[in-house]
Amino acid sequence: MQKYFHSVKLDKENCKGCTNCIKRCPTEAIRVREGQAQIIEERCIDCGECIRICPNRAKLAITDSMDRLADYKYTVVLPAPSLYAQFGPRVMPGQILGALLETGFDDYFEVAVGAEAVSQSLRQFLRGSYPRPLISSACPAVVRLMQVRFPGLLEHIVPIDTPMEISARMARESVMRQHGIKDEEIGVFFITPCPAKVTAVKQPYGDRSHVDGVISMTAIYGELLGRLDSQPAGERAVLSPPRGVGWGKAGGENHSIKGRSLLAVDGIHNVINVLEEIERGGLRDIDYVEAQSCTGGCIGGPLAPQNPFVSRVRMENLVKRLKAARPPLPDFPTDPEYYRLKKPILPLQGLKLSSDLDQAISMLGKVEKISADLPGLDCGSCGSPNCRALAEDIVRGYAETSYCVFKLREKLQVLAREIVDLSHLQPPAMRRDSSNGGGGEDGQK
Amino acid sequence: MNMEFNVRGMDFTRAGEASAKIKKALQLVGMEVSTIRKAVIVAYEAELNIVIHARQGILTLFVHPDRVEIIAEDEGPGIPDIALAMQEGYSTAPPHVREMGFGAGMGLPNIKRCSDHLDIDSRVNSGTRLKATIFNNINGE
Repeated sequence: MQKYFHSVKLDKENCKGCTNCIKRCPTEAIRVREGQAQIIEERCIDCGECIRICPNRAKLAITDSMDRLADYKYTVVLPAPSLYAQFGPRVMPGQILGALLETGFDDYFEVAVGAEAVSQSLRQFLRGSYPRPLISSACPAVVRLMQVRFPGLLEHIVPIDTPMEISARMARESVMRQHGIKDEEIGVFFITPCPAKVTAVKQPYGDRSHVDGVISMTAIYGELLGRLDSQPAGERAVLSPPRGVGWGKAGGENHSIKGRSLLAVDGIHNVINVLEEIERGGLRDIDYVEAQSCTGGCIGGPLAPQNPFVSRVRMENLVKRLKAARPPLPDFPTDPEYYRLKKPILPLQGLKLSSDLDQAISMLGKVEKISADLPGLDCGSCGSPNCRALAEDIVRGYAETSYCVFKLREKLQVLAREIVDLSHLQPPAMRRDSSNGGGGEDGQK
Repeated sequence: MNMEFNVRGMDFTRAGEASAKIKKALQLVGMEVSTIRKAVIVAYEAELNIVIHARQGILTLFVHPDRVEIIAEDEGPGIPDIALAMQEGYSTAPPHVREMGFGAGMGLPNIKRCSDHLDIDSRVNSGTRLKATIFNNINGE
């Protein structure tokens, strides 16, 4: 029985049991056991670092298939801003939207529009009082990371919902209003550049997600390319504001807030460094931190097909073009509550050694002792990401000291020496035959 | 249960390592979120004080079910006037350290703000011993 939903899964066929993923995982959530990687569910944040690093393509992201469209009377597709940056310089967002509709959706709602609405809400929120620095809620992998590793900073997360959720809600309400279709008959599908968004939908921060399904950008990419090649007609109206589109790349979110002390950090390991600094009481001079798990932002997502450095240029050029075009902004809901997260984000307990405090303290003592005795090479051959993690695993009962190849070798050396020593010992009846010929003299008299 | 960390003076590249390990240890034990948060700030500021002012020192963490104790003992110049050093903004950090963004005179005030008990014993030209206690209040603060 699965306690948590995770988009990131292991493909057992392809996993060779190498140690690439265990060493890259930012929450030390992977172990290799019996020649296969295993994901510790409580710790996995679905960042997709393991998908990126796996040389055998044994890590995958579970997303929804297009078959799910049939479950709904009316379907709306939500393209993430990063989708626009995946194509050649001549492909315009209007054509991409047209191609998306041809794949089977009834309607579309651009997430860049929701991002603009969220930007307005953020600007308003930043005028009030709040713990400094505020941290963006937009990247679900960063939020999960904080739930697992930085629970003390959760109160810094801005209590405003993500562009994906706000877009989905606005899309639903618009369909209900315009077509009189019931809420449950509307299927809203997000085109995602990452697995973390899938998890954010299946296991939302609040009570419910307004998104019904999440489709991988890579999975739909081929079909879109084919349709864009065959008939460049079928262009649709683009409402995306330039700043909203910019959310798809690192720094874009801050750019849309403007005019304050803003810090943007991308790449999960860089995000960890910044969060550690905030945890130590630093960065009080910063108002807002945009933090994205993927290097380059959403365009660098594990499910975004294009090279992120190429898509960054495409996106920058597109933003310029949209700025010149100045599409009119739609009317957004003005009630601040509309954008608020409906529930507080709570810590996830994945690191504790024991639920009993006294026992946990004595276990920590053992971890320290074992850890000091391990070689400290962090080779990963034991299946744990580093020597200290192995010490923790031993104390938790998931591993043994002999999993360490160096410790095993030490033991074998001792054993080998003992065997040699033992082989020199001879029973009294045999001593006469020993090579120097004098072995039996004592017993002769 | 205790853990010891050696801290070297002026080694800014490694400043924060000891407090990062202390945080990880407290998370493994499952101390309250608010306890960990305060302990991290105390440990980091104490560590940084050794880096900025002392030749070398030792940071020791004691973990008990009801409290965390952090002891920072250093060989260094000592603090001539502790009351003055406890004032916000008072700093004796050299200019080149301030240029790096450290030594704003908030170290000891931050430690005091985050600890439930604080003892400082200092001898000029010899060294300083700081002991901070943070209670682990099980039901919030």
